[in-house]
Amino acid sequence: MPHDQISFVRKHMLPEAPPPATETGAVKWLRENLFSSPANTLLTLVSIFVVFNIASASAPWFLNGVWDSPSIAACREILDGRVGGCFAVLSERWNQLLFGFKYPVELYWRPGLAFVLLFVAGAPVLFGKIFPRKMLFFTGLYPFIAYWLIWGGSIMVPIFALLGVVVGAVVYSRVVTISAGVAVIAGFVAALIFWIASGYISRPMADVMALQAVPSRDMGGFMINLMLGVVCVSLSLPLGILLALGRQSRMPIIKWICVVFIEFIRGVPLITLLFVANVVLAYFLPPNVTFDLILRVIIMITMFSSAYIAEVIRGGLAALPRGQYEAANSLGLDYAQSMQLIILPQALKISIPGIVNVAVGLFKDTTLVSVISMFDIVGMIRGPILASMEWKGVYWELFGFACILFFITCYGISQYSQWLERQLRTDHR
Amino acid sequence: MATEAQMKVSDEVAVQITKMNKWYGAFHVLRDIDLTVYRGERIVIAGPSGSGKSTLIRCINALEEHQKGSITVDGTILSNDLKNIDKVRSEVGMVFQHFNLFPHLTILENCTLAPIWVRKTPKKEAEEIAMHFLTKVKIPEQADKFPGQLSGGQQQRVAIARSLCMRPRIMLFDEPTSALDPEMISEVLDTMIQLAEEGMTMLCVTHEMGFARKVANRVIFMDQGQIVEQNDPEEFFNNPQSERTKLFLSQILGH
Repeated sequence: MPHDQISFVRKHMLPEAPPPATETGAVKWLRENLFSSPANTLLTLVSIFVVFNIASASAPWFLNGVWDSPSIAACREILDGRVGGCFAVLSERWNQLLFGFKYPVELYWRPGLAFVLLFVAGAPVLFGKIFPRKMLFFTGLYPFIAYWLIWGGSIMVPIFALLGVVVGAVVYSRVVTISAGVAVIAGFVAALIFWIASGYISRPMADVMALQAVPSRDMGGFMINLMLGVVCVSLSLPLGILLALGRQSRMPIIKWICVVFIEFIRGVPLITLLFVANVVLAYFLPPNVTFDLILRVIIMITMFSSAYIAEVIRGGLAALPRGQYEAANSLGLDYAQSMQLIILPQALKISIPGIVNVAVGLFKDTTLVSVISMFDIVGMIRGPILASMEWKGVYWELFGFACILFFITCYGISQYSQWLERQLRTDHR
Repeated sequence: MATEAQMKVSDEVAVQITKMNKWYGAFHVLRDIDLTVYRGERIVIAGPSGSGKSTLIRCINALEEHQKGSITVDGTILSNDLKNIDKVRSEVGMVFQHFNLFPHLTILENCTLAPIWVRKTPKKEAEEIAMHFLTKVKIPEQADKFPGQLSGGQQQRVAIARSLCMRPRIMLFDEPTSALDPEMISEVLDTMIQLAEEGMTMLCVTHEMGFARKVANRVIFMDQGQIVEQNDPEEFFNNPQSERTKLFLSQILGH
């Protein structure tokens, strides 16, 4: 080959150029996505046919729907043989579906207010970059305010409960420099002792700033599902983190407690745990001790989901390169600091899809409490409403409504988690 | 430069390793290591892979436990006491082959984290220190970016700055340039040379023999978990004594 054919010297570097302009807009989208090949075209046409059929069959049911009627019989009279849904059951019984059939009607504003405040309390946790950190103070108080609003009674009960948490936190912060694992246990024990002791003090003060008390057995409807869902998710996340870390602990006792707990809970169906909460637990408690049913259910569901969350987080921890632990150690961070600042932020970020999976599953599983004769939304539909003379046989409308409520909540959680993942992405792939 | 550097070395002992042994299970990784590092010394540790050189410097800040013998760092004996270990680690900086920056924190946060949480430095002051060292490694303009946005060489310089923010008295380098593209090696080595000129006590595991010649005042050659030969770089490269060293040098300097 002659020399002048392989010799080349670039005189000027090429500037960056824009990509070639292609046709854009709806036509391009249609052609690429719906009619790109004969097979694709065929599928598109079949899909249009199916969608059209479903829509034309169900549309009258929605359009002819009756929203105002005292009973199913009256509903059928109005419809007069036409196809149509009897949505009057929703407008007539909405309060039972949301609050249960025994919660005093004049007190609906209390759980309603608690629900609204939930968003105020959740905002700084869920959207930390947008809302000021000072709002976290309210988030810390919220569980006690919400308890007081929903259950009523003396304000001393939530105040002592709050003080118990403070006592536990103080003990934890004193011991944490010695050992993080021991500190968690010590803090928990200290809080427990305080609560038991305060039980004797708060009893004579039952009338201090008391709201009208509503017992747990009077609660019902979607309110119960929301309460169980919110409380259990927010409790099982920290508990799951502790279990996941405990499972990796070098201290054999802590490690084995965590392993046995996780493996046992994961090996048992939730429904059996709920039966245990409902029936069996009473046998193990002293005869005079009454343990609120909702509290028992909360404990069981929290235990159940924390075991799952622990395993999800363990996956996140395992996915972190060892170099992250070593870098944190080499800078002199102690165990608690390196977990809090380096390891958990990254492990939790990896675990978000798994955690959300558990959270959504947990929220839907709260309907299982209808089996142990609690009147959550499914319990209300199957019990008092469908059993009533007026609304016997109105299945589609009621369960459809329950589905919509759950779908809105779960889809919201899912959308939030995807937004959060985008927010936390720092690798700029 | 080597002679000038040798003159600077003091009599103060920075690290004292005596009869140190380490096993991974039944595998005897480090055998009877005796090493005294004086304040201000720059030691390069060379050797074939698997010879235990990385393990040796990782023992110095207790990332690896040793089973026999003793290690004293700045007068603190490394034992199982977590307090001692954390104290030693906060005085000994370490730079890793794979940088190990914290990907979820910005460059500035990477640098201020340990001073704020371990040294309890006020945030403002920690940020000033961080910017000082980021300027020193010549990337102050990257402070608000995340590690994933930087090149390998830049990340490694951040890692060096992050260690320096803790004002360490000893720096350990574990193959700091092995994961870098050739074009980026020199920017990291320049930073290390600058550090050496300021009198930092350094232990470097590296295959950069040019760096060893230029900066080190002692080169240690390890094989099979033992120190086979140590000498000043001049003698080490021009007049190696043991057969193993000669073989190693002929292989890495052969072309």
